[in-house]
Amino acid sequence: MAELSAVVAQTLLAVMLAPGLVGLIRWIKARLQSRRGAPPWQIYFELRKLFAKEIVISRTASWLFRAAPLIVFGTSVVVASLVPLVFIPVAFDRTGDLFAAVYLLLLGTFFLALAGLDTGSAFGGMGSSREMTVVALTEPTVALSIFALALTAGSTNLGVIATRTLADPGMALGPAHVLGFPALFIVALAESGRLPIDNPSTHLELTMIHEAMVLEYSGPYLALIEWASALKFFLLLALAANLFVPWGIAQSLAPLDLLAGFAALTVKMAILAVAVAVLETRVAKLRLFRVPELLSASFVLALLAVMSTMFVR
Amino acid sequence: MNALQSVVDGLVQAEVPLSDVRIRRGVELHCTIPAAGVLRLGQAVPEMGARLVLMVGEDRRSQAGAFLVHYLFARPRENWFVHATASLDPRAPELPSLGSFDYPASRFERELSDVLGIRLLQHPDPRPLVRHGFWPEHFHPLHKDAEAGEFADDGRPFPFTEVGGEGVYEIPVGPVHAGVIEPGHFRFSAMGETIIDMKPRLYFTHKGTEKLFEGRRPHEGVELAERVSGDTTVGHALAYCQALEAAAGTEAPRRARYLRVLFLELERLYNHIADVGAIANDTGFAVAHAHCYRIRERLLRLNKRLTGSRLLRGAIVPGGVAVDLASGAGVVDEVAAAIADFEEVVGICFANTLVMDRLERTGVLTRTAAEDHGVVGFIARASGLDLDVRRDHPYAAYDELTFAVPVMTSGDVKARALVRVEEVRESGTLVGQVCRALPDGPVLAALGSPEPHQPAFGIVEGWRGRIVHWVSTADDGTLDRVKIVDPSFLNWPALPLALEGNIVPDFPLCNKSFNCSYSGNDL
Repeated sequence: MAELSAVVAQTLLAVMLAPGLVGLIRWIKARLQSRRGAPPWQIYFELRKLFAKEIVISRTASWLFRAAPLIVFGTSVVVASLVPLVFIPVAFDRTGDLFAAVYLLLLGTFFLALAGLDTGSAFGGMGSSREMTVVALTEPTVALSIFALALTAGSTNLGVIATRTLADPGMALGPAHVLGFPALFIVALAESGRLPIDNPSTHLELTMIHEAMVLEYSGPYLALIEWASALKFFLLLALAANLFVPWGIAQSLAPLDLLAGFAALTVKMAILAVAVAVLETRVAKLRLFRVPELLSASFVLALLAVMSTMFVR
Repeated sequence: MNALQSVVDGLVQAEVPLSDVRIRRGVELHCTIPAAGVLRLGQAVPEMGARLVLMVGEDRRSQAGAFLVHYLFARPRENWFVHATASLDPRAPELPSLGSFDYPASRFERELSDVLGIRLLQHPDPRPLVRHGFWPEHFHPLHKDAEAGEFADDGRPFPFTEVGGEGVYEIPVGPVHAGVIEPGHFRFSAMGETIIDMKPRLYFTHKGTEKLFEGRRPHEGVELAERVSGDTTVGHALAYCQALEAAAGTEAPRRARYLRVLFLELERLYNHIADVGAIANDTGFAVAHAHCYRIRERLLRLNKRLTGSRLLRGAIVPGGVAVDLASGAGVVDEVAAAIADFEEVVGICFANTLVMDRLERTGVLTRTAAEDHGVVGFIARASGLDLDVRRDHPYAAYDELTFAVPVMTSGDVKARALVRVEEVRESGTLVGQVCRALPDGPVLAALGSPEPHQPAFGIVEGWRGRIVHWVSTADDGTLDRVKIVDPSFLNWPALPLALEGNIVPDFPLCNKSFNCSYSGNDL
């Protein structure tokens, strides 16, 4: 029972912290550009504003358009409950499967792409087509880097992978971790519509990928989608952080352990936020047809991770 | 004088039916021509190396009993102009079209047809240009007796060229865009992500600017000219004032002419710098944008200090300039510091391979396409056309100053950005020269009274390119007709040509590298 409430608390924590991560990255980016920038918590005000606005829906939209934001948000919250963030659940262990987590996130993307097509606007279709191109290229990378981890840990269970790495720190220097991490990091950027694949801060409809897909959304629906994509980004980074570098994560529900786990998570996410912000400041957006080149590079990394793991064994 | 004499000889030899030939201001050949002779004229003058820079129609039915159409041709470098006037039947005005062999003429003619109701004979593409579907049917705003009736949507779509075939789809963009920019509709035909064709539909900001000039005193036209396009205050004000001065036979004092160079270059500087940043921003490289905007702000504050207006409004007046430069204003140092600052940002951008990869070979406008479509300004120079009014038809004090005209040949986004970076450097040296050699004396001369109905024009290289203002005054000294040609009018049609074979997500970058004005085009 204590664990159940801990899992619920952990899920809520992720849901509440996720927009802050995006806000933090925006703020660091502004600072790196010598701008003052909006404070990291500005994004919460934006979400509140969107929730208070009316919803405008195209006459041609079907139930899919209304259902998609809920599905996207729902799947993201479910995934949040699976991923070890502050502590590794034991009793709920069985549900925390890596495949389940990654493909639940993809399910949300799938429905968002359908919703983009649903209204029949040119931008939605364009965005959906581009998003599917990107996702089709990222999916094998995701599957392979998971596979590399699962090979070394002997399980696809998230908790088990983290525990095994904790038990055998040498594993973190193994090829699965060293090659798999950058692969998953690139994929996390691509899946969350960050530079250099997509530009989250552009107002140019024609260059958008993710934003073009959700251009028709307004009000609370848009808030849900924005929140869900922040959560997805948070979870992908948390997955990368806690699977590849699990140190600090609480292995029991003792208050001190939990506190340490929370601190470790905060530090890891802050480091990743700085890394993303610096990267996004240094790079420009890739030409759309060069995106496959970057994604195939990440695929090759993941493939090497799997192959070298086989050899090392 | 000799050049003009040989022009006259050449035209006579080509059997162009000229009459009433006058030479004005040493470089302008004014003549009258029957409507039937314009085809000859339109072919003969370009053969001598001149290009059509302006066509203007006026409703002179009440005084002269006719519609008048004027053609202005300019020959760069040799610096001569041919100004020909044809008069058309007041009841059924008809004009033979030059459109089948002169692209800019075809656009001027479509405009004439919309605003004056002139029927075009054998025009290759007689679709409306200025006129939108909701204009009343027989409403021609530049008729002196025009009355705007009920405006209502006629419900008919604009006849866009359609591209057919399997897998080809249309993307309508605008007129309302996601950013805070002016309205324009773009109709893309794309195959996957590859652009097959793009047709812009503009004139959503048609404000009747030319009509607003009518009846104003010449001095009162300046504030209108300054607002033709918000970012080209000095360019348009200067072209307008030069036109008035030409009409009145007034020459601005030498110190004023130097200061005009200073203000025009300051305008070029802040626009070029901001736009280089904006191009970088469209590749997602926001750092460059943030810093270019900071430098722009620095220059705007300098503008404010010098003229009281960040956008240099109110600085240029007929007869000279309204503000004098105090000694020790520190302009040279401030501009040099801003440019040094800018050079650092440019260095960072050009060292970034990801940014360069986006700019290179994107949006190539070939030299032939640019020449055929009469493209002007930095876009022309990036495509290998060596055109610059400052050198080709010197005005203000440019004949006393030295500067280079940067020309690139690749015609891509990178070339357009590079030309502007080079021009920033040249503007820097011009500002330095002006401040060092600034002559003493008055900055304002009294504007004489223009001779009624004697057309005169001013031509200026604004930061976008060649700006032409054409004025004609009425008997009571008020403005009777003012025609404005913003460089955007000629450059907009070249954008679709640069897009061919590019991908849809690169359009914003191409568009930004052209950065045509909507307001200046729509008037």
